[in-house]
Amino acid sequence: MEELIRKSYPVAQADYVSAGHASADIKRTLKQLGVGGDVLRRVAVASYEVELNLVIHSLGGELTLRVLPDQVELISADCGPGIPDISMAMREGFSTANDEARSLGFGAGMGLPNMKRNADTFDIQSTVGVGTTITMGFALPS
Amino acid sequence: MTIQDMIRILNARVLLGEDKLDTPVYTACCSDLMSDVLAFVDEKTVLITGLTNPHVVRTSEMLDLKCLVFVRGKVPTQDILDSADEQGLVVITTKLTAFSACGMLYQEGLRGVPVPVEWGAEDK
Ligand SMILES: Nc1ncnc2c1ncn2[C@@H]1O[C@H](COP(=O)(O)OP(=O)(O)O)[C@@H](O)[C@H]1O
Ligand SMILES: [Mg+2]
Repeated sequence: MEELIRKSYPVAQADYVSAGHASADIKRTLKQLGVGGDVLRRVAVASYEVELNLVIHSLGGELTLRVLPDQVELISADCGPGIPDISMAMREGFSTANDEARSLGFGAGMGLPNMKRNADTFDIQSTVGVGTTITMGFALPS
Repeated sequence: MTIQDMIRILNARVLLGEDKLDTPVYTACCSDLMSDVLAFVDEKTVLITGLTNPHVVRTSEMLDLKCLVFVRGKVPTQDILDSADEQGLVVITTKLTAFSACGMLYQEGLRGVPVPVEWGAEDK
């Protein structure tokens, strides 16, 4: 299907200062396109959580926004370390976040469950030593 | 209840948004865990927190929150206030602890956000 917008944001490991800037831009971009209400809030929450995970847990990666006529897509792809047990990571409360992340209010182990709850479609693929890719879709009202 | 009422109840000081104090407040959430806030809160809710880092303001931006309350007299740094100002947030600070601030607001009728919680099988 025809892609209306595609924007990619590099996200660096442990860059707590900039963490959230990509999500803020994604929210602004969608708002300008006329996306609002419930969908915009759900995309914003999922985007912020997935961006923070790149900063906190990954060796660095990229967050991509795609807007199609009928849905918004968020893709997070990183270059490691990968998740050894995905079903464990998906549980509310499970976290391997360090103290720095915790001191900022993250590391409650709610990020992945939050993403899954907010997205209409959620897919996570991970290989230890290679990386993690999360793809989320949000249906746009016609 | 409006933000103005909260200021009276908490004997709070206004840091930002003097012109928007008649904004109504429907529910409140008190947390230092931004992921919990992201999970449960919507734009009708005031966030009461003891955290003053940039992520409190960015979390508020993601959720379109209207009002932030800092407890124990905390005041965020100017750059954080500037970004809150850009979003049009009302920011107030009270000398009360989180527990006392919540207690006073509850007593005056403010209630928490409804959070659906199910016992996990392993906790039963
Ligand atoms: N991109 C990632 N790379 C490696 N591990 C990850 C990634 N995202 C999540 N994880 C793992 O999954 C766990 C749960 O993630 P999440 O639910 O967001 O909670 P939190 O970020 O609070 O730890 C993390 O603690 C981490 O172990
Ligand atoms: Mg997380």
